[in-house]
Amino acid sequence: MSERSLLLLSIADDELILGWRDSEWTGIAPTLEEDVAFSSIAQNEIGHARALYELAATELGGDADALAFDRALDDYRCAPLVELHLLEWAHTIARRWLYEEADWIRIEALKAGDDTELAGLAAKIDREEVYHRIHAQMWAHRLGDEPRFRAAVEELWPYALGVLPAELRPELARRTGLQLETAGAVERGTHTSELEALWNEMTEVRRSVPGATW
Amino acid sequence: MPIFEVFRQEKKGQAFAHAGSVEAPDEAFAEAWAREQYGRRGESEALWLVPREAVHAITDWADEFDLKYRRVDGYSIKARLKEARERAQSAPAVDR
Repeated sequence: MSERSLLLLSIADDELILGWRDSEWTGIAPTLEEDVAFSSIAQNEIGHARALYELAATELGGDADALAFDRALDDYRCAPLVELHLLEWAHTIARRWLYEEADWIRIEALKAGDDTELAGLAAKIDREEVYHRIHAQMWAHRLGDEPRFRAAVEELWPYALGVLPAELRPELARRTGLQLETAGAVERGTHTSELEALWNEMTEVRRSVPGATW
Repeated sequence: MPIFEVFRQEKKGQAFAHAGSVEAPDEAFAEAWAREQYGRRGESEALWLVPREAVHAITDWADEFDLKYRRVDGYSIKARLKEARERAQSAPAVDR
């Protein structure tokens, strides 16, 4: 598989799995307004995943659904950060904020890159991500120095580093005000034990009736 | 938590209409939540967010003397119209 396809799948898998995880808050977020907003952002992320899979499919074959649902568990390229099952608000916001900051750096790099097709898609995605960042930064600022939030950020920081390639990590440390050297990154390419249950649920319908259309 | 009333403009140039409200701790949250609730499907050209306490409401109206002829709906002229039509029909034709 080409470097480009690996990169596309990495980002698409991140967006799909995080969109799935965040959608687990639908109906139980802290307030009704946050519930609507959080679910909407989760849907956006899955929409970004679709667009990235479609681009990947031009080289890999198949379509977005096939790439999203028909791969084996070990073939997913997502970072361990997005796999974690975190039904606790401080951790959820810590992850949202760390992910958005990392994703921002990644998108900026793609927009500035030589691959015009990917740069164009990154720019399109970025126009929605602006509002995700506003949302995440607003919450991170609000929770600020709350011990529970700080502890969640510290706990997830090694995972957040794993979202980005090594050369982009110093920028993430700079933007988040966190220390690069204190953390060994939890790298992409390994999976947490929590992904399996998600994968089973997410792919269940496709696996139960292969090839079905509706 | 404060309540912000949300007014929505559907198309440029149209009047803003009350769309609903969001309950939010401050303007930043109100903005983020209103964007998602009232704008994520591209259904709004613009939104106004107004803290509910900024709304000066008027709900009491004095009409002690039943001056309904001053209202836009006026009073019913149905009966008078009917009478006029009947009069017109029964009047002798005018020879021109």
